[in-house]
Amino acid sequence: MCGIAGIFDARGEGRIAAANLAPMVAALSHRGPDQRGIYLDRNTGLGHARLSIVDLETGAQPIRNETGTVWLVLNGEIYNHPELRTGLEAKGHRFYTRTDTEVLVHLYEDKGPDFVDDLNGQFALGLWDASRKRLLLARDRFGICPLYYAEHESRFLFASEIKALLASALLPPPSLEPRALDQILTFWTTLPGATAFQGIRELPPGHVLTIDAAGQRLRKYWDIPYQPPGSYVQATPQSVGNDILALLMDATKIRLRADVPVGSYLSGGLDSSGITALISRYFNRHVRTFGVRFEEEAFDEGGYQKEMAGRLEVEHRELEASNALIAEAFPRVIWHCEAPVLRTAPAPMLLLSRFVHEQGIKVVCTGEGADEVFGGYDIFRESLVRQFVLRRPDSPRRARLFERLYPQIFRTGREKISYRQFMARDPAQAEEPFFSHLVRWNNTARIKQFFSKEMRAALAGYSATEDLARMMPAGFERRDTLSKAQYLEDKLFLSNYLLTSQGDRMAMANSVEIRPPYLDHRIIDFMARVPPSWKILGLNEKRLLKKAFRDILPTSITRRTKHPYRAPIQSVFIGRLQSESYRDALSERSIRDAGVFDPEKVGRLFRKLEAASSASETEGMAVSGILSTQLLFEQFIRRFARPEASGVRWDVFVDKRAG
Amino acid sequence: MPEYASEIRQYITDRFLFGDDEKLGDDDSLLDAGVIDSTGILELINHLEERYGIKVQDEELLPENLDTIANISAFLGKKTA
Repeated sequence: MCGIAGIFDARGEGRIAAANLAPMVAALSHRGPDQRGIYLDRNTGLGHARLSIVDLETGAQPIRNETGTVWLVLNGEIYNHPELRTGLEAKGHRFYTRTDTEVLVHLYEDKGPDFVDDLNGQFALGLWDASRKRLLLARDRFGICPLYYAEHESRFLFASEIKALLASALLPPPSLEPRALDQILTFWTTLPGATAFQGIRELPPGHVLTIDAAGQRLRKYWDIPYQPPGSYVQATPQSVGNDILALLMDATKIRLRADVPVGSYLSGGLDSSGITALISRYFNRHVRTFGVRFEEEAFDEGGYQKEMAGRLEVEHRELEASNALIAEAFPRVIWHCEAPVLRTAPAPMLLLSRFVHEQGIKVVCTGEGADEVFGGYDIFRESLVRQFVLRRPDSPRRARLFERLYPQIFRTGREKISYRQFMARDPAQAEEPFFSHLVRWNNTARIKQFFSKEMRAALAGYSATEDLARMMPAGFERRDTLSKAQYLEDKLFLSNYLLTSQGDRMAMANSVEIRPPYLDHRIIDFMARVPPSWKILGLNEKRLLKKAFRDILPTSITRRTKHPYRAPIQSVFIGRLQSESYRDALSERSIRDAGVFDPEKVGRLFRKLEAASSASETEGMAVSGILSTQLLFEQFIRRFARPEASGVRWDVFVDKRAG
Repeated sequence: MPEYASEIRQYITDRFLFGDDEKLGDDDSLLDAGVIDSTGILELINHLEERYGIKVQDEELLPENLDTIANISAFLGKKTA
């Protein structure tokens, strides 16, 4: 993967300066440590920091077409580039590299902005069509690769990360956006398009943005598909399982296309075990695998990792993410997430990618997306059970089903009763379009009680859920419960939270690229036509995926109780809030300056936590949210330093500003 | 009863509202108002048991006993009588 950046000025007065673009590229050097390139003309500057994976010799970017009228910077991978190239060559296009990037330039020449429809991959790209004076930005269907933009004084800027936009010195000083913070303290993430910073936008997944003198045009080219019951597949679950396996095989195969070795993350769960098994069995017997270990047994999956690695006879390496290491890594996590986070789960992924990088591996396949696509999340089962109970809220037998959802968490009689009563409240909720997520969102929203008076005033009358409701596709409320829950989880949790804070950002922080085979859009399109009741049967989640892997994985893996990937929160922070790395960010003065939270209330929360040996789930999320917001403020607003770019050595430097 | 109410209010304000008691009425549902969640109920019960030397039985874990400040005070009155 790589980092991309650019500046566009429709007036074309030759004001694009390398002095603005070069620091943007320098700010992305962790994404692309291998090569750097720049293109400048009177309207546009394109910059690129490269992590070399395909065509190591001649693949430096920006890449151009035959006549030098189309220029492109790409972050990501186009997996079907060999097939696309064959077709383009047959039409007479001439290539000067072996890269997937060059395929895009010619595909654009043939098809215009719709060329994105033909791509299978993960990408964020900027394309400059000099003859039409048109800039085009595009992002892959799920948002695996990030892309941000901002405008100021008639200049339009884009980059893979927000820190690169700030490095341009062409934007006003950044400030936090109250509505975005309200969204994060509801959904764990901003809504599509928003970022935690005022005036900085994200290009939503599955969108193309074109900009020229006439203005901007944002077009959605793909969305999470929904199929009504009438168009479900006419086949047996058995044959659907076989189709899934065939699709996954191909999705994995094309994700192994690279000129460097591709490793695999192995957590010990169904998803990553399945992918790793496919790789080692069919494509690379000596694939190197990597996994995270935790010091607390409740989080650790080491036993299953060992079992899978032993069975596949692969070389497995483990990284122990101790609580102390997680706490130490947290400030760097926020520097790379560029948003407040309510969980510590990104931190072990940052530690793991550093470990992978140290072993000389640049690319890993991962299990991301399987839970969303195949119905693996507890929240899906929870909403199905809750809906069933709320239809007859007085039935004690139905209510007992709640106990089967989280047997590890609610153990004593008292805990079970208390949880049951909590979940059986408010039967009218079952009619709400966001029913599946209301318990989670309402619980998360309790963190807003720590907002300062000024924040409350700024947010008066604002409702994040109403904002979300306006973004829902037509007819959303008429879909079945699981389809609605899956859409929300895909849109918010997967694209905006997971792929950002646990995927790309944590990997690229250490120059490692993730490739998630489950997010091949052919699999998503296929699964949309499978009846919801086949995905989760009773309480058995991801049933079809287990079926697909029945001959590939041992039953000890396919039958094990799902163990969601989580990292400790409370025990990481308790006793460490006064440590040197947090002290400045959490000082009363800094909290007051940031203006987001009430220092008085925050102090009470911290004192409660320091005195207690444990804390509730919401309090843990509150600490994480408050600390990360404060770190964001310190790192991006109070102490942001532009990277030094004067010593950058350019592998490509094209200057057409003279005309 | 009022003596319970003021202590309970103080406890809830400290532990769950972190100092902010503006909106909490004696008859407001603690669950519906989002003041406490299922873990919070357990924390509250532990507090009642420790502070008032009572033992709350599983079958007494009912909203009628625990979901408002008024209900908790009445419940405590019964248990300590």
